[in-house]
Amino acid sequence: MSLDKDQVQQIATLARLKLGEDEYAESVEKLSKIVDFVAHLSEADTSGVIPMAHPLDIAQRLRPDVVTEPNDRDRYQENAASVSDGLYLVPKVIE
Amino acid sequence: MDLHTKTMTELSAGLDSGEYTSVELTQTLLDRIAAHNDTLNALLTVTGEQALAAAARADADRAAGKAGALNGLPIIHKDIFCTRGVRTTCGSKMLDNFISPYDATIVERLADAGAVVLGKANMDEFAMGSSNETSYFGPVNNPWDLERSPGGSSGGSAAAVAARFAPGATATDTGGSIRQPAALTGTVGIKPTYGRVSRYGMIAFASSLDQAGVITRSAEDAARLLGVMAGFDERDSTCIDKPAPDYAAALGESIKGLKIGIVRQHFDEGLDADCGARVKDAIAVIESLGATAIEVDMPNIDYSVPTYYVVAPAECSSNLSRFDGVRFGHRAENAEDLFDLYCRSRGEGFGDEVKRRIMTGTYVLSAGYYDAYYLKAQQVRHLIADDFKKAFEEVDVIAGPTAPTTAFKLGDMVDDPITMYLNDIYTIGANLGGFPAMSVPCGFVNDLPVGLHLVGHHFDESALLRCAHAYQQATDWHTACPEVFK
Repeated sequence: MSLDKDQVQQIATLARLKLGEDEYAESVEKLSKIVDFVAHLSEADTSGVIPMAHPLDIAQRLRPDVVTEPNDRDRYQENAASVSDGLYLVPKVIE
Repeated sequence: MDLHTKTMTELSAGLDSGEYTSVELTQTLLDRIAAHNDTLNALLTVTGEQALAAAARADADRAAGKAGALNGLPIIHKDIFCTRGVRTTCGSKMLDNFISPYDATIVERLADAGAVVLGKANMDEFAMGSSNETSYFGPVNNPWDLERSPGGSSGGSAAAVAARFAPGATATDTGGSIRQPAALTGTVGIKPTYGRVSRYGMIAFASSLDQAGVITRSAEDAARLLGVMAGFDERDSTCIDKPAPDYAAALGESIKGLKIGIVRQHFDEGLDADCGARVKDAIAVIESLGATAIEVDMPNIDYSVPTYYVVAPAECSSNLSRFDGVRFGHRAENAEDLFDLYCRSRGEGFGDEVKRRIMTGTYVLSAGYYDAYYLKAQQVRHLIADDFKKAFEEVDVIAGPTAPTTAFKLGDMVDDPITMYLNDIYTIGANLGGFPAMSVPCGFVNDLPVGLHLVGHHFDESALLRCAHAYQQATDWHTACPEVFK
């Protein structure tokens, strides 16, 4: 196994994912398989090759810095689990 | 009247001549869906009322001489596209109750052209999967053999078109999610050039790879639908500002002199021999129509799948960070604090494969591993794209198999992610390089469909459609219908 339970736990924390105890064993096994599989890339000779960030090798288009979106807050908040006075509610962050 | 068997082109003619109305056509297909959807699980939501209202509007527009390009023609949307006022789940528990507050650009464009939306198609969760088995709402069954997978992630779209629920459906493709299901269900699927079709309102998986396209039964219908969807959209910053050609108009042109590239590695031992034979037969037909086949070398193509499984998870881990249980989507009950709310909402809302990809992506982007995995994959990606570009200096289209086998049994591959990932071995290269690609039905092995894969140069969807159309004029594989759905 190229990954152990501690590493998977650390990755899950970074990814903000709570895994059940039973999910760990499977995650360690399958993630290790995936990591071993993608490790084949190290065999490719990439000296001097520029990393490709865009499939068409072009830069992202920029738009003028002006407001274009209408304020549709109420409609968007219909999908939220908990709102009040136009604000999204979350568990208490400051004691 | 066997309205369900007709293509969009045929249905348009019927509507034009007044043989039937869009309301009649829509009702016929809704009845079919009501009768067969439980067997297939292809649609997650059926929008019957809205469809009949849209059909009535289309009929009125036609009577008033205001018929759009797709007036009155029924379609289905993959449930990855936001549809205003209609549940949009992306195949996930995370979005089980999400009612989209807006329409995706392509949803808007298709509606403006007069298309009638019958419902939303099942799919692998967040488009991550090649079998439709990762859907929170259960797998889709392949109309050709109900115990088999229709492929994925656009399995619902492909199964719906193959079972004649609608003549066409929208779909998306990040590593083969349009083309592999098209191959496995005997339908036509096209993924256009990266940036050709707006992704505004299309739920993101891997932003440097995702592209919207269509699944239909004929290349001609694919050209019609794509023609309406393609073109610049201000609201998608990755959409290319380049006018889309009239795809349908180019179909009639001859393919005499077209150069077809054959990649040696695509016919290696990974490919089922019978599938390979069907694909070679198809290439021979295309040659007999005046095209020339040339062998091309792609030395880095074998790295496609590992490259993809670094780049796509990395981008997915970033894109899916928006699902936090706060603004929309599943929210865990009784969270202790904000951190607990995030972790449990995501842990409960995402399925196994999505979690696996988020974690893979998190790992390859994390400190200490970034250079070895992510940066390396981006470099190899360049090598693969350059292989394609070099090939396109010599040929117009690259032809080969879409998938290594015909449809596999549901449950056969769920335990081994790598075997599942290798299903996309022939399709992923086109996504890595942003090239347009399509799958066309080219025969059967043991009564299961086989797909011919065509890849074109950037922005040259027309070459693919022309080639596929010429092939379909000379063959009739695309008209075959699964027995149960005749």
